[in-house]
Amino acid sequence: MIEPSSQLSGEEEILIEVTLNGRRLKRRVKARQHLADFLRQEMELTGTHLGCEHGVCGACTVLIDGHTARGCLTLAVQMSGKCVDTVEGLTESGQLAELQEAFITRNAAQCGFCSSGMLLTAYELISSNETLSRGEIRECISGNMCRCTGYHAVVDAIETVMTRRGKHQK
Amino acid sequence: MSAQATSATAIGARIPRRELRRLLSGQGRYIDDIKLPRMLHACFVRSPHPHARLVSLDVAAARRSPGVAAVFTAAEINPRCEPFVAVALNRPGHRSPPQCLLVAERAVWQGQPVAMILAESRAEAEDAAELVISEWEALPAVGDQLQAIAADAPVIHPELGNNIAFDFSLKSGDPLKAFAEADVVIEEEFRFERQTAMTLETRGIIADFNSGDCSLTVIHAHQSPSQMQEVFSRHLKIPSHKVRVVAPDIGGAFGMKLNVYSDEMATVVASMLLGRPVKFCVDRLESFIADSHARDHLIKCRIAVKATGEITAMEVDDVGAVGAYGMPMRFNVAEGMHVVWLTGSPYAFKNYRARTRSLYVNKNLIGMYRGVGYPIACILAEVLTDLAADALGIDSVEFKRRNYWPKASLPCVTTGGMHLETVSFHECLEKLVRLINYEELRKEQAELRKRGVYRGIGIATFCEPTANGPAAYGPSGAWITSQDGCALRLEPSGAIRCTTSITDQGQGTLTGIAQIVADTVGVSIDQISVTGGDSAAGPHGGGAWASRGTATGGEAALRAGTMLKQNILALASAITQTPTDRLDIVNGEVVNARTGQLVITLAEIGRVGYFRQDTLPPGFDVQLSVTASFVASDKPYYMANGVQASYVEVDCETGFITMLGQWAVDDCGRVINPLLVDEQIRGGIAQGIGAVLFEECVYSEDGNLLNGTMADYLVPMAGEIPDILVEHVETPELSTKLGAKGVGEGGLIGAMGSVWVAVNDALKPLGAKIRHQPFTPERVLDALARARTP
Repeated sequence: MIEPSSQLSGEEEILIEVTLNGRRLKRRVKARQHLADFLRQEMELTGTHLGCEHGVCGACTVLIDGHTARGCLTLAVQMSGKCVDTVEGLTESGQLAELQEAFITRNAAQCGFCSSGMLLTAYELISSNETLSRGEIRECISGNMCRCTGYHAVVDAIETVMTRRGKHQK
Repeated sequence: MSAQATSATAIGARIPRRELRRLLSGQGRYIDDIKLPRMLHACFVRSPHPHARLVSLDVAAARRSPGVAAVFTAAEINPRCEPFVAVALNRPGHRSPPQCLLVAERAVWQGQPVAMILAESRAEAEDAAELVISEWEALPAVGDQLQAIAADAPVIHPELGNNIAFDFSLKSGDPLKAFAEADVVIEEEFRFERQTAMTLETRGIIADFNSGDCSLTVIHAHQSPSQMQEVFSRHLKIPSHKVRVVAPDIGGAFGMKLNVYSDEMATVVASMLLGRPVKFCVDRLESFIADSHARDHLIKCRIAVKATGEITAMEVDDVGAVGAYGMPMRFNVAEGMHVVWLTGSPYAFKNYRARTRSLYVNKNLIGMYRGVGYPIACILAEVLTDLAADALGIDSVEFKRRNYWPKASLPCVTTGGMHLETVSFHECLEKLVRLINYEELRKEQAELRKRGVYRGIGIATFCEPTANGPAAYGPSGAWITSQDGCALRLEPSGAIRCTTSITDQGQGTLTGIAQIVADTVGVSIDQISVTGGDSAAGPHGGGAWASRGTATGGEAALRAGTMLKQNILALASAITQTPTDRLDIVNGEVVNARTGQLVITLAEIGRVGYFRQDTLPPGFDVQLSVTASFVASDKPYYMANGVQASYVEVDCETGFITMLGQWAVDDCGRVINPLLVDEQIRGGIAQGIGAVLFEECVYSEDGNLLNGTMADYLVPMAGEIPDILVEHVETPELSTKLGAKGVGEGGLIGAMGSVWVAVNDALKPLGAKIRHQPFTPERVLDALARARTP
């Protein structure tokens, strides 16, 4: 462990305790490692993607204590005591199933690189009990860049799930 | 032999893409997800200057940095790779000097790789890169095409004598006379800034050279594994059959991942030098600096029109800045050539003169990116015809109707030399006019103008040459095949395994191939697995470029399917002692062709065909694996076409442009899967809107890139894109059984044209015009200010 007053190089390892996809675990992480690299490199959860490492594209979106956050702008050490959920965990638990079906039916993904982040943003959206128009759905997913689809099908898919849940108004 | 109607239900159906469940559950396997044993990570030190002499390079401290396995410079890397001479052999006068992988003495573009760090992790490689000390003597840089062509310009490659890479002209008819006799002549100057594909997943490669058998396996986020197999073999001197290139899941490509990059080549060389797997994944800043760029044209264009509304002539003078070298294998002539060949191609005028010059500048290389020149050709003609219609007081839709090639004139060759055969300009336009309720939209626009709301309507017609034949690359000397292939195997279970040379970066081509095989053989799509993207498996083929996957790879699949069906029926005939012509395959079973009654299941065919050949008539030849290839050898391309409309609003206070609506009527021949095709078109449209409104690689005058992050290089997010209505006209390609044409680029081409026209339409009542892409708020406000200044 390190002295709080010492000059940090980023290479120091710090013990964290995190609930990842519902399982509690302890890990030593480098102080400079961001959450997305931790998930991908240490935990081999490669469903979380990195597009810009700059907080712009949203490909690395994960849930921290139930809220969407950028995996690239969050350090792994900050996760001690937190619950982190990724696309793998939410797939396994079935929480994304309805959205995934709607995305498949509507062809709301092409290369799939943005999809994990897009699904998690959409999941937060449909879980919020808000009633949204298509334009509002567009605004809400405007932090997730998709370079392939033109977004129309993504909006359709989210709208479909919202409608089914009776939360949609034209 | 064709599948009967009862089973032929897959082609044309809106079948969801089969790869999606995997990709949507975090189970895609992209290049950076893959780890190999003993794998090292590469990172590059790049030239900070657009043009500079390398005075000294000190890598000693980097070599001592923790985790570093090696640091390579030009001295180690360059001798191992034959330099690339990116000259198109079939383009007389085209010039490009040899390119080595790393800078040895002089850097000619900012971002050119200079040194390479190999370390146990990417982070450690980056740490070490910061310890490399390079000393440079900055040289005068050529920043744009006008500087490049100036009399006193610094010459980037002294051996060439000047900065001209290529100068090409064509002429048809008597354009000078036509312009002299015209009633209206409109002349405009256009500027298209540099942009880049900006795939969400950056480029990446894992090279694994095995010194035991001198074989090379490369996992490569690339659109054409077969192309790269040849490149690695020929430039690194490894026999072709010992090179295997495999494409994993790829996070977007759009042509940018077709190019040959020196950093990726150096990664392979490093693996050969170290005998260990090496991964190199580009980070986002490197992506902006070192992924191929596109466009960068300055164009003068004019049109001659008679008072009757008849176009009589066009002239184009294009000056493109292509970067510091030709792009290996893909050259730097295509964008300009496509502009001069395609401009005005939907219109039946007789007189044409066009020139394109490609100029070297001290910038990153121009390479392939969706549309390659076609959108520019579309914009030039659509902006000028719109202005000509205005000048004559003719509605722009009516103007198009009068000037399109009449249906009766097909097939024909345009003044630019393009072959038109199964195009459907008139049908697409009439369908679009109904779709957008054109008259009502014009009324609404006029009403709103009275209230100071400036909306514009733009309609653009485009041609999209797709699925190029061998003439596209063969004569140029590039090792890029226009052929695609398909291998089919009936498995012992009765299911079918398909291996295609086509690659899929999200288009859904593999699902389309499965649909074609399903209908051709007569089985359910669930009985077929499709893999692509492995240069060692199945036939050698082109992969994904020039909107060809379904058109050529699909035709190969259809032909392979026909062969497999014949072989299955022959075997069924031998087993059941029934004449072949009385048998068919329907819904995955061999049936009586007349009654539809079950004769034998495919599982039984598989059982006998693989395990009980002893029960067959003596000498019966069981062939349950077949391969077919197809190339469009009789045509230069399959010409797709379409018409799009944009409805926009310009805020004259802020210069912001809002997209209110976008509509497309597209003709890509026979549509194999409308669900996937529609989204392919929409995705192209979004990139087209991005190109016109937002996207620009901003360089300083002396060649330094000023925007290297996604926060500075803007692409459309969901809020900037409207709902997009897509409809089709289906005019099948005549020379294939499948009848499909390509569809990968049309969305972008048409959208760029229609947004250009719509924004200028909105500005018309204010006397303003904008000719400089992208239409940033600043440029819109400048255009409005110029209009106010007498």
